[in-house]
Amino acid sequence: MTEKYNMPDERGHFGPYGGMFVAETLMLPIQELNAAYQQYLDDPDFIAELDADLKHYVGRPSPLYHAERWSRELGGAQIYLKREDLNHTGAHKINNTIGQALLAKRMGKTRIIAETGAGQHGVATATVAARLGLECVVYMGAVDVARQSLNVYRMKLLGATVVAVESGSKTLKDALNEALRDWVTNVDNTFYIIGTVAGPHPYPAMVRDFQAIIGREAKQQCQDQVGRLPDALVACVGGGSNAIGLFYPFIDDRSVKMIGVEAAGDGVETGRHSAPLCAGRPGVLHGNRTYLMEDDDGEIIETHSISAGLDYPGVGPEHAWLKDTGRAEYVNITDTEALEGFHALTRMEGIIPALESSHAMAYTMKLAPTMSKDEIIIVCLSGRGDKDMQTMAQREGIEL
Amino acid sequence: MSRLAATFEALSKTGRKALVPFITAGDPRPDFTLPMMHAMVDAGVDVIELGVPFSDPMADGPVIQRASERALEHKMSLRRVLAIATEFRKTNQHTPVVLMGYVNPIEAMGYEDFANAAQRADIDGVLTVDLPPEEAEQCVALLKARDIDPIFLLAPNSTDERIKKMDVAGSGYLYYVSLKGVTGAGHLNVVDVEAKLKQIKANTRLPVAIGFGVKDAQTAKTVADLGDGVVVGSALIGKIEANLDDLERAKTEIIELLTSMRQAMDSE
Repeated sequence: MTEKYNMPDERGHFGPYGGMFVAETLMLPIQELNAAYQQYLDDPDFIAELDADLKHYVGRPSPLYHAERWSRELGGAQIYLKREDLNHTGAHKINNTIGQALLAKRMGKTRIIAETGAGQHGVATATVAARLGLECVVYMGAVDVARQSLNVYRMKLLGATVVAVESGSKTLKDALNEALRDWVTNVDNTFYIIGTVAGPHPYPAMVRDFQAIIGREAKQQCQDQVGRLPDALVACVGGGSNAIGLFYPFIDDRSVKMIGVEAAGDGVETGRHSAPLCAGRPGVLHGNRTYLMEDDDGEIIETHSISAGLDYPGVGPEHAWLKDTGRAEYVNITDTEALEGFHALTRMEGIIPALESSHAMAYTMKLAPTMSKDEIIIVCLSGRGDKDMQTMAQREGIEL
Repeated sequence: MSRLAATFEALSKTGRKALVPFITAGDPRPDFTLPMMHAMVDAGVDVIELGVPFSDPMADGPVIQRASERALEHKMSLRRVLAIATEFRKTNQHTPVVLMGYVNPIEAMGYEDFANAAQRADIDGVLTVDLPPEEAEQCVALLKARDIDPIFLLAPNSTDERIKKMDVAGSGYLYYVSLKGVTGAGHLNVVDVEAKLKQIKANTRLPVAIGFGVKDAQTAKTVADLGDGVVVGSALIGKIEANLDDLERAKTEIIELLTSMRQAMDSE
């Protein structure tokens, strides 16, 4: 790759992936959204407002923290954590919801809808909706409502209506279906804030651009602290928004390895996992072509992961492209390994990571010892683990 | 001339409108579909839209979602839908059959394999909800090369430019979705539909079938007067859902509803 990376094309294609696979009623709204997005992408007033909010409301820049003790313990590469867990609402999700909500406001939309898995994106959406005085409806699979009740309560406190989705597998994909149905019905006044780099164009590119602040900051911070580029980037991948946010500003820096960590659930070989890039095949779901978990007939199959935020049968189309071109590598981590990562970071550095991020931690534990002590890994600590206390306690047989 | 084009032309010569029922193949059981198709033809329908169940029917309301779930519980699949259509064609050579569904099962089979299989099953049209003309180039070319009509959707917010695009990409007929929303939702507004049909007709020579919100003989008649055909789906599937323990009764009620629609549509 000698040319500068410049994806997607104007209709949202990353090679064969991405695109606009939507019913006719949604074509006009996504074209309007794309036009608005293209307009404000370079609008100085919009950028200034976004930057101010990211600084004063979200608390950016988030630190790049050298996990010295953990690095020493693992005996290999120096591990730096990009602390998205320290953002307002506790995860990287708010980088995107702030951006999309400001866009919604400028487009004159009065009602916000969102889908959520773990509830982090739902909370981040309800938060910005509260701040801007917009009506907010969050769709959440009934299974996720049960396992993430704390986040459901947070969203309700913030004034959002949380709709438990009872169709299909009752998880994130079904929440997305239901949000799309709402959008089709209420397109005139409603803005759909998608939480990950999936959905029809322009969502994968737009969400990436709002999340790319993770990588831009990390690149600068690494330069400031170490004086050079990192050797490897590691991030968990469900839909893949924190990963693409970290990776994107480094794509043209060919010396930097990029590794996305999918959720292997009980193990990829068991079929009970959420790792479409590692074990799926290309298809079309939720408006874009990407790697999917599906059966031979093209029906989407149920996914499994201890982490609700990774429990999704698809993945952002740009990750599909980065995989096929070999620019990024995708690996997987089981539930059990993720828990080891969770405990390791908690005990070594006094930082309790989200179960999603724990997958990236677990892979880092495998990777770091294979590298030398003067090499650098930046790991995206995409969210904090407070929301997972119930799941953890239950898993370990502890009554809270 | 394709079977669909011939059907619409024959209807227009006699001043009649097409009655187009939609049922999900394999709902509630695989053996229900074939006899139901023949019975609907006997009740006077002109085209049959056969729904291919999909695990994630994003554009459908709860009634058709549940129909898909029931069919999938019985392992209905695109291949098996094609097998049902093949059986149907053995004894009916005149009623066009249109497959309606989502693109992923077609992607899984492969566009070319699908087009060949559809040709072998003597399918007349393919309507893929989430495959707009922008993404449909390859699929459309393969279908048209086999004299299968690609059917496209139009919506209340479709612009002149998009209608013209459908006119070029599509053939057979265009399907006007009369409501912003999912299948089975709300009530259609006759004044709005009438105005929109004027705009559509100004931009295409293809026949226009109108669906979404057609619930009874009266709405069928009203809608028929505005376009070239009427699609009725959720109202039929509602009869199946209400009689899951008595499928003969479900069939009878579907036939009664279609018969009353046919009579209303053919009356002055």
